[in-house]
Amino acid sequence: MTTADLNVALPFIIVAAWACILLVIDLFIPADRKGLTALLAVAGMGFASIPVLLRFEESNRAFNGMIVQDGFSSFLQLLLLGVGVISVALAYDYLQRRKIVKGEYYTLLLFSVSGMVLMAQAGDLIIVFLALELLSVPLYVLSGFAAKSNPESEEAAMKYFLLGAFASGFIVYGIALVYGATGTTEIEAIHNVLISGVSNLGLLTVGAVLILVGLGFKVAVVPFHMWTPDVYDGAPSSVTALMSVGAKAGGFAALLRLFLAGFPEIAANLAPILVGVAALTLIWGNIAAIAQQNIKRMMAYSSISHAGYIFMMLPAIVDSDIAPDAISAALFYLFVYAVSNLGAWGVILALERADGGGLSIDDYAGLGERNPGLALAMALFMLSLIGVPPTAGFIGKFFLFRVVLDANMIGLALVGVITSLISAYYYLRVVVVMYMRSGDPQVRSERWLNATLWLTALGTFLLGIFPGPLLNLASRTGLFGLVP
Amino acid sequence: MTIPTNYFLALSGVLFILGVLGVLIRRNSIVILMSIELMLNSANLAFIAFARAFEAHTGQVLVFFVIAVGAAEVAIGLSMIVSIYRSRGNIDIDQISQLKG
Amino acid sequence: MNGAATRDLFALAPLIIAFPIMGLVINLFIGRRLSERWVGTIASAAVGLSFVTALLQFAALQNTPDGIRVMVADWISIGTLNISWALKIDSLSVAMSLMVAGVSTLIHIYAIGYMHEDVRLQGDPGRFTRFFIYFNLFVAAMMILITADNYLMMFVGWEGVGLCSYLLIGFWYEKGKDGIGNAIAGKKAFITNRIGDFGFLIAMFLIFWTFGSLQFDEVFQSAEGAGTTVLTLITLFLLLGVTGKSAQIPLFVWLPDAMAGPTPVSALIHAATMVTAGIYLIVRSSVLFALAPATSNLVALIGAVTALLAASIAVAQFDIKRVLAYSTISQLGFMVAAVGLGAYVAGIFHLIAHAFFKALLFLSSGSVIQGVERGLHDSGQTNHETFDPQDMRNMGGLRSRMKITFWVYLIGGLALAGIPPLAGFFSKDEILADASENSTLIYILLTLAAILTAFYIGRQIFMVFFGEPKSEAAAHAKENPPIMTVPLLALAVLAAFGGILNLPTLQSLSKWLQLTLEQVQHTEFNVLVALLSFVFALAGLAVAWRVYGSQRDAADPMRRFLGPLFDLWENKYRVDEFYDWLFIKRYKALAFTLAEIVDWRFLHDWVHDTLLARTFQRSTRWLAEGFDLQVIDGAANNLARLIQGIASRLRTLQTGYVRNYALSIFFGLLILMSYILIQFSS
Repeated sequence: MTTADLNVALPFIIVAAWACILLVIDLFIPADRKGLTALLAVAGMGFASIPVLLRFEESNRAFNGMIVQDGFSSFLQLLLLGVGVISVALAYDYLQRRKIVKGEYYTLLLFSVSGMVLMAQAGDLIIVFLALELLSVPLYVLSGFAAKSNPESEEAAMKYFLLGAFASGFIVYGIALVYGATGTTEIEAIHNVLISGVSNLGLLTVGAVLILVGLGFKVAVVPFHMWTPDVYDGAPSSVTALMSVGAKAGGFAALLRLFLAGFPEIAANLAPILVGVAALTLIWGNIAAIAQQNIKRMMAYSSISHAGYIFMMLPAIVDSDIAPDAISAALFYLFVYAVSNLGAWGVILALERADGGGLSIDDYAGLGERNPGLALAMALFMLSLIGVPPTAGFIGKFFLFRVVLDANMIGLALVGVITSLISAYYYLRVVVVMYMRSGDPQVRSERWLNATLWLTALGTFLLGIFPGPLLNLASRTGLFGLVP
Repeated sequence: MTIPTNYFLALSGVLFILGVLGVLIRRNSIVILMSIELMLNSANLAFIAFARAFEAHTGQVLVFFVIAVGAAEVAIGLSMIVSIYRSRGNIDIDQISQLKG
Repeated sequence: MNGAATRDLFALAPLIIAFPIMGLVINLFIGRRLSERWVGTIASAAVGLSFVTALLQFAALQNTPDGIRVMVADWISIGTLNISWALKIDSLSVAMSLMVAGVSTLIHIYAIGYMHEDVRLQGDPGRFTRFFIYFNLFVAAMMILITADNYLMMFVGWEGVGLCSYLLIGFWYEKGKDGIGNAIAGKKAFITNRIGDFGFLIAMFLIFWTFGSLQFDEVFQSAEGAGTTVLTLITLFLLLGVTGKSAQIPLFVWLPDAMAGPTPVSALIHAATMVTAGIYLIVRSSVLFALAPATSNLVALIGAVTALLAASIAVAQFDIKRVLAYSTISQLGFMVAAVGLGAYVAGIFHLIAHAFFKALLFLSSGSVIQGVERGLHDSGQTNHETFDPQDMRNMGGLRSRMKITFWVYLIGGLALAGIPPLAGFFSKDEILADASENSTLIYILLTLAAILTAFYIGRQIFMVFFGEPKSEAAAHAKENPPIMTVPLLALAVLAAFGGILNLPTLQSLSKWLQLTLEQVQHTEFNVLVALLSFVFALAGLAVAWRVYGSQRDAADPMRRFLGPLFDLWENKYRVDEFYDWLFIKRYKALAFTLAEIVDWRFLHDWVHDTLLARTFQRSTRWLAEGFDLQVIDGAANNLARLIQGIASRLRTLQTGYVRNYALSIFFGLLILMSYILIQFSS
């Protein structure tokens, strides 16, 4: 272990160390001034972004390849740290309203973000596993953060924990089998063994499938998605916002790196299955969302369907000509999804009442008249999630579908386009209720929340009109050092 | 006389499947938690068996990571189960099904 | 004008889009604090300035006839894909934007008056500003569509106008059947259009796949090299988009329902501009369509059949705006048929002429509706809930009560019927002449449609403006203020003299468009076709007159032929009125028996109504309700119900039991494993 090694892992080290320090500092912060803890948490993530920005396009390896750094990891880390900051901003007022103000919330959030940040840099299966647990365990606790007053929060935490641990079991066993087949757990080394001829391809394939199941659970693709609606529904909304973006981005970071740098040949063998999972996810997520009355459950199915859109990139990376485009399309989509989705959750948080009500879609009636700004923002987010131009979501979908067509998966592209047409049905229902029915929604207005909404709405709009800079960033991934 | 690696693997496979079935079949939260532990430990067994076959240390080191993470999970899980027992009076997992649809 | 000055003028092109956006931004932020008059003026001025900018582009094009590409900013640049925000200024886009901006300006001005009345009568003055914000947004999106330099930017405009249409159809969302009728109409429009958009999207992907570019020039340059199969596929999917946006078979169902929006919306979006976007798309992609003859034939056939079908439906409608809606579909069918036959100039010519006279007809119908509504208000009646101010059976005799409206309506109606020298005659004749040369079938279909067109518009004019008022409201109807009538007069002038654009032998529009379009065919003026279509138009009007105009006071078309002599006869009729009064008063029973039972009941009612009219009406009603509602709506509704059924079935799978969820994960794993097993064993 050298200073250079530590230097590469600096973003993770800062967030994790800061979380430990904050845990102690928080003891000395009085209960009525927990805003300070929130501010310190944001500062910590701000510090962590400095090394990321300074070495954005550098390509480094540390700890014998266990930690890697490239454009891919930098892009994701920046996204994840941003998501962390926004989650704090969303949570601050919400916690007070639900009367669950505790400094530990921000510490746990920081720990979870540190797991996500580590996941972006994971170059070894064991780091993938550690990062995944570091990401998940705080989320289990956060899901149950309102358990005292709300039995649903308790239930959500329990379900998430049991199923999450179950999925981790698959991942660990999968790692063990991969290790057995190749003699190593380092992702690039696995690939080297694979191309020089692996003795037991069956063992390796089974291991890869087990890992796929575990990670598929984290990103919530069908049929590993069943936990999502219940957990998203029961967990405090501010936690759900973080889960729906952060955990998903972390899961996809591992999936993409593993299947591109680790075993693309196996991905090629599994291509029909991957296509099937993507198609099934798109269909199930988008159709099941139609029957939902609760907006949190609707957004849960929406998040499943968006996982399906990104999952379409997995069978596409098999072709090494298309892989660069597939990776950048997935990164870009993750980014615009994060922006629009966090914005939508911001609106949901603004409308949620202290007693936990205000979450039915009918509660949005009359928002267009009462609070035109908020309604306009929500309409923008919904349009972006549908993929209507010129919002960011359109550009994102455009690139995804282009990659899918480049990879000659026309059937999958058709499923994607048709399901996004179907998705217009349930997203627009929110818009219709907001503008075309009268009602008396109770809206919470607060500085941090409003700032978040402005930022995400602006982002959704501007990324639709000037996606160029972000696309450039997303396309300079360095492909984990595969391309010089 | 050394035991062939395949024997270990077979045992580990059986343990893993037992763990999975335990999660699927049992209703007691604590037993489910134990079944998950069984899954993790069957992986540990596989790691060690492979490490012995390769005569390398990596596999053995990995086991420590898995054990540590498993302990963390158990800590979280048990505290949740305690909390649920306090509020509901039982730990039957099928009773925890208010969220659905 | 030197080259530098021309370049400077071209640099102004983005303002065509920017002005409406500025207007909407101003109204968005300070509109609430401004008076209605100011809000309307800002919105109208924004569109007016856009028109002026388009005029400057027109001037600049005189020097640079090939057109120019005006770069605004880079949009997407990744790998091989380079898409910019760039405007394509050429004779086609300038002709379109002049028409759109011009008509929009007039309709904006009209809407200041109309919406003032409308928000007052419907009881929500706060919506005035919102209406103009949507309206400016629409113009901006339409301009993006027209001036787009690539398919992706065009798609942005395409979706934008669709969104505005959706918002404006549902503008009075709490009104309509059961209080949600208008909202449902909006949703129907949006969903139907999404099907069309799906076609556009797929076509766009195919284009990019084949040509590696989405920019018009690059695609068209390499079009010849592509295979016929792929071009046919591309154009077929584009056609699907066209049928959605331009309301052709099979996706025309949304347009009649779209009349739920305020009348200026119907005039601007659902008659003059947005619905013509499909035709514009075909003309823009004429290079592709020319290379795919199979699709072109299909386009022509769809257009012609739509024209005939919609015209026959229009005959059986009683809602004044619905007649016009079906008429719009029918006329769009003419344009689609024209571009399908390769007569691009004729299509664009009719598009422009139609924009003039149909906007005029819609705005005049709005004027009629508001006149009747005000009449209802003034007559002191209280049946506001049940009275339908759009039902033509409640009207009659408005000719004398709303003079300006009547005259402009007549001009619009005659232009639609194809009476020379009004705009519709020349443009429709050019299409018919093209059809007669290329395809007898299309020609016959279109000619039949043209006869019906003359008939239904005649029927409408006679029912609304002639005869006796059929309700108290109609009897008290009053003319609207000048802010509404002045734009009507301006549009009437355009509808009357719009034919000048492309007079036979002069062919100014042909020459202008030839600068952009390569495949312009010169169609010689065909005297026989022109004469025939004129005679048919007259015949249609005459039949309408015979059936609907036989109320005693309805003699207006005769005035055109008889001049002063007619005035004299009209005075004589005053005597008749006296006699009527006398007889009806004194010898009511006798007169009733003689006039009503023997003559009218038997001859007129039985022969006309029962035999001719009722059979005809029944068959058209079958088309309107049976075909339209049951077959196509049924398919759409059943699809929606099926998806909702699946959705609720999926809900029941979500049981809430953790162990079921774990089982689902395990089940997924089993499927993956068995796939591997099969793969390894084979």
